[in-house]
Amino acid sequence: MTWIAIGSVTDIPPRGARCVATPQGKIAVFRTADDQVYAIDDHCPHKGGPLSQGIVHGAAVTCPLHNWVISLETGKALGADEGSVRTIPVKVEGERLFIALEALASKAA
Amino acid sequence: MTEKLVIIGNGMAPGRMLEHLLEAAPDRYAVTIFNAEPRVNYDRIMLSPVLSGEKEFEEIVIHGDGWYIKHGITLYKGHRIVAIDRDAKTVTSDHGVTESYDRLVIATGSVPFIIPVPGKDLPGVLSYRDLDDVNAMLLAAQSRAKAVVIGGGLLGLEAAAGLKERGMDVTVLHVMPTLMERQLDPAAGYLLQKAVEARGIKVMTKANTKAIVGNGKVEGVELMDGTIIPATLVVMAVGIRPNSTLAKDAGLEVNRGIVVDDRMQTSDPAIMALGECAEVGGHVYGLVAPLYEMARVAAARLTDGEDKRFVHSDTPTKLKVTGIDLYSLGDFADGDDREEIILRDASAGIYKRVVLQDNRIIGTVLFGETADGAWFNDLKKKATDISEMRDTLIFGQAFQGGVSSDPLAAVAALADDAEICGCNGVCKGKITGAITAKGLTGLDDVRAHTKASASCGSCTGLVEQLLKLTLGEAYNPAAVQPMCGCTSLGHDDVRRLIKAKGLKTIPAIMQELEWKTSCGCAKCRPALNYYLVCDWPDQYADDYQSRFINERVHANIQKDGTYSVVPRMWGGVTSAGELRAIADVVDKFDIPMVKVTGGQRIDMLGIRKEDLPAVWADLGKAGFVSGHAYAKGLRTVKTCVGSDWCRFGTQDSTGLGIRIEKFMWGSWTPAKVKMAVSGCPRNCAEATCKDVGVVCVDSGYEIHFAGAAGLDIKGTEVLGLVKTEDEALEVIVALVQMYREQARYLERIYKWAKRVGTAEIKKQILDDAEKRRAYFERFVFSQKFAQVDPWSERVSGKDKHEFRPMASVGFAEAAE
Repeated sequence: MTWIAIGSVTDIPPRGARCVATPQGKIAVFRTADDQVYAIDDHCPHKGGPLSQGIVHGAAVTCPLHNWVISLETGKALGADEGSVRTIPVKVEGERLFIALEALASKAA
Repeated sequence: MTEKLVIIGNGMAPGRMLEHLLEAAPDRYAVTIFNAEPRVNYDRIMLSPVLSGEKEFEEIVIHGDGWYIKHGITLYKGHRIVAIDRDAKTVTSDHGVTESYDRLVIATGSVPFIIPVPGKDLPGVLSYRDLDDVNAMLLAAQSRAKAVVIGGGLLGLEAAAGLKERGMDVTVLHVMPTLMERQLDPAAGYLLQKAVEARGIKVMTKANTKAIVGNGKVEGVELMDGTIIPATLVVMAVGIRPNSTLAKDAGLEVNRGIVVDDRMQTSDPAIMALGECAEVGGHVYGLVAPLYEMARVAAARLTDGEDKRFVHSDTPTKLKVTGIDLYSLGDFADGDDREEIILRDASAGIYKRVVLQDNRIIGTVLFGETADGAWFNDLKKKATDISEMRDTLIFGQAFQGGVSSDPLAAVAALADDAEICGCNGVCKGKITGAITAKGLTGLDDVRAHTKASASCGSCTGLVEQLLKLTLGEAYNPAAVQPMCGCTSLGHDDVRRLIKAKGLKTIPAIMQELEWKTSCGCAKCRPALNYYLVCDWPDQYADDYQSRFINERVHANIQKDGTYSVVPRMWGGVTSAGELRAIADVVDKFDIPMVKVTGGQRIDMLGIRKEDLPAVWADLGKAGFVSGHAYAKGLRTVKTCVGSDWCRFGTQDSTGLGIRIEKFMWGSWTPAKVKMAVSGCPRNCAEATCKDVGVVCVDSGYEIHFAGAAGLDIKGTEVLGLVKTEDEALEVIVALVQMYREQARYLERIYKWAKRVGTAEIKKQILDDAEKRRAYFERFVFSQKFAQVDPWSERVSGKDKHEFRPMASVGFAEAAE
């Protein structure tokens, strides 16, 4: 598995998200209140809303378009909604952040 | 190999069938659905609450798009199947899609019956069947004009009540002497008519429609006796008939509906039918309970599971009009071998009738008090001999055998297999079992896990009693609606405690008020952030991560993730220079759409998030600031040209509008605030449907408030008349500050005013000069911290991280 550096944890505001642009679309990288970092596709399973723009609470994000709540850990919709989004492995070394490339390639295949 | 299952129709019956099927054999079929309606499966029974405004469409969706994706089901929305080729085993849609099947299920539902009178095709004549009909009715209702509903049955009365609720003047025409004569005896029909009329709906019985009249569109309904009732909307709700044309064309056996055996099999062994289009044992059905039973049977057949057979049973009828309680079941016609027990209480508007044959209940009509419906239904189903309790039977279960008259005791006394939810066939034992086993604590939990009370909702009271019974003291039937799942406190309590305990940060609130989650949710955080901004303007540091994206990036997110930008144009007045600057920005950033808004502003749509700061920089150079078109805050003050130009203008409405807007811009409010100033009572600025409006008159300024022209339509209330512009400004500012301090987050002014009462608002804002002044001054103080243009802040570099990706990866590899 190839790890790609995307920047530092402090680039992302706590309870916030930033995007990473890739040829297959945007990836949303989240930082929770307790500094956990997660990465998922920036695409809500409901209507494709940009999850990186949502409000982050606990280890979940609420989509800005229609308020689906997506778990950052599993990528699955929480509550009564059904659907899921791809999760991407993240590694933190010191403050440096990496995401896994092979997971990226697998989507194109 | 996976077999191909094709379903024609995506209503409640096939939806339920798929749930059973996926539970029993998730991988057996590759499922394709063709839905003539361009949408997912929703709860058709709940269209009436959508029409009346008690629910939103989103709340009645049964299977969202995600459900189909998750289960790998192909759903063709808006595809009507036009042909079935039984030899080739294929179906073809009107868009030309052809799909082959191993098994085919026809669930085409029903079509509304349209009475064949002249004028039936005029624009403005609707039926009441699907969401499109409801949307068309809502559109027509905006005129608040006259509507005629033809048909005084279940559907017709629900439509009438909904349209009345939406502000229309409604007349119901019914051809029979009493309403709902198929479900109600004449006495109950009479009581129902009185209850319907008490809501301001006119009812004409024995009214035979001769024609629908109008030139190019509906203008009225003409009766056989020559009476013409004026109307701009006519709703035909005289009944439905099974939609069996497709099956008939395919050569299947069709009678009233598509003929199926008691395992939902049509005359072709590869084809099944269910729902309202199916005819089983000579019956066709229109209520949900038997349709769900068909779904169970059909799923069992498709999985070659348990040998289930459809058995006819009577389904109770309930009317879904808030405030009218009505229950009817079984056969209640008079007969020589039948006896009846009747209870009437004229002053309380109660009528109960139980029809007996051989000491067993065969029919029940309840009006005004329907709590015992489930019990009577149970006695009927089990054919219980009631001779022992005959004397007290009509008083209901609470009066039997020394059981106290406590309604809880009545529910407690129900047998475990007594049906509670008729729509979904859920019995008492299943509900109490789920409450205990899964640790359910509220109504929503029970709905999610058992489906009880999740369709028409008329058994909600019973389910709540079961919760109380099972959980005892632990069940708190939400006397106060909590803000969200993170707390048991309501908005009002939280606002009060923020002030009382001097809580000045979100973590402090969550700690002191014992939040159940570590950092709240998307419902409570924006509310708390607003309350703190409002209550501690000089001390609280706005938490952008607790703001909805629009307020975080100061633009409106659109469905494709792009943004729209609306610069402020004070009072709706602009200039050549401003328009030129906008034109330049549109060209430079290749903005795909420019539109004039309802609030007299110019909206630029389709801007990429990364471009926002540059767009704002260019607009800023021309003197524009943010129009806050995205904010729970002051949006626009719309004006007419007033005494400056208009020959009717009484005051300088444009000037006053600009003055108000310059004074109040930047303020955050519980929900958006839209204002208008009209220069004379002709009211060209439409001030009388705004949150706050001013109508200028010769003698001064009439201040209006609490109007609405969105989800609800409501004319404003008049707060009072003041003589000068200065007074008008002070009153308006004080009113808005009172609203800022008291309302619940996302509560518009009209909803807040309804809760607090117009009299109380008048007392504090108009009559009490000292209070008014204090509100005014608190507003002025908070503006010191609020009137900062967010666009220029961001052009100068604030929140840079919001507008650019943190990295770009993988592009080099892709190019190779």
